[in-house]
Amino acid sequence: MLELIRSPWPWYIAGPLIGLMVPALLIMGNKIFGISSSLRHICAACVPGNISFFKYNWKLEAWNLFLVAGVLIGGFLAYRFLWNPNEIKLNPRLIQSLQQSGITHFDGLLPKDLFSFPALMTPRGLIFMLLGGFLVGFGTRYAGGCTSGHSIMGLSNLQLPSLVATVCFMAGGFIMTNLILPLLLKL
Amino acid sequence: MQLKETTMQKTLLNTNTDFEVRSLDSMCINESEIRHPWWHNLKYLAVGIIFGIILVKSEVVSWFRIQEMFRLQSFHMYGVIGSAVATGIISIQLIKKFGIKTLYGEPIAIHPKRFNKGQIYGGLLFGLGWALTGACPGPLYALIGTGAYVIAVVLLSAIAGTWVYGLVRDKMPH
Repeated sequence: MLELIRSPWPWYIAGPLIGLMVPALLIMGNKIFGISSSLRHICAACVPGNISFFKYNWKLEAWNLFLVAGVLIGGFLAYRFLWNPNEIKLNPRLIQSLQQSGITHFDGLLPKDLFSFPALMTPRGLIFMLLGGFLVGFGTRYAGGCTSGHSIMGLSNLQLPSLVATVCFMAGGFIMTNLILPLLLKL
Repeated sequence: MQLKETTMQKTLLNTNTDFEVRSLDSMCINESEIRHPWWHNLKYLAVGIIFGIILVKSEVVSWFRIQEMFRLQSFHMYGVIGSAVATGIISIQLIKKFGIKTLYGEPIAIHPKRFNKGQIYGGLLFGLGWALTGACPGPLYALIGTGAYVIAVVLLSAIAGTWVYGLVRDKMPH
């Protein structure tokens, strides 16, 4: 049984489990599944400035901060106790293409060439980590949600705005990966 | 004290005419009138832990898996998101059909999302960032948990991005 849990989970197990987050949070207390709101609550709690967008009683949304704290702990538990590092199988075409762009690390969850503390001093690292993170924070709030809030929660509730948002998430991702990323990897 | 807070919240809700803000963050509208002690939030911590484990075990947190998705080199991510949405749709239909209530006996209410241009512009910007970092907000937290501490820098940058959005939001097209 533990062996089964330690091997990678296929999409048809992971997907439905993620979908169950939606009714679980609704039933627990009318909570709408969403992760990116936590970024707004952190701003409201720590650096509201004089910005009306951050002037609200964030303590009423504390549940969301508990949720994301849980995600962090869950990441730790899964990696520490349930991880089998030999079993990430990547598409050979991806490896080949990234190798041509000078990526050398394919073990683990991130390419260390791009994501590491030393890489923070390189133009590539700055773009992938700082600019990338900034776009995630700015874009999700501008769009009013992320993959959780729009693509999972919103689509589950058959919301047309969420479909628009999801299509745009994907469009942005395709543009970056196929048109811009090859240039950035040359830096 | 608790009563006072509730009344304040009610007044806030009634006098807030900035519907755009509230429609951007429907979790604000969906506020329950019931106030609980803080430890009631521990159940959301538990849900988060499960979510974090799923994200790591299904390799959704892998930068490489996101690359495969955007290069159409693997079905995995499409399967995850697709089956998650299917499960969510069925769950919400069942909740509506049987009028299932919350643990505290309140009716479950989900406010509809309103369309605004932010879903297009913001969506595109997030998409660009998603492909760069290989992570949406959930995986950012999970990755830090796996010991990829440098992702804390990415998360701080995402918080900065949210903050700047708050700063310039009146000037952005919505």
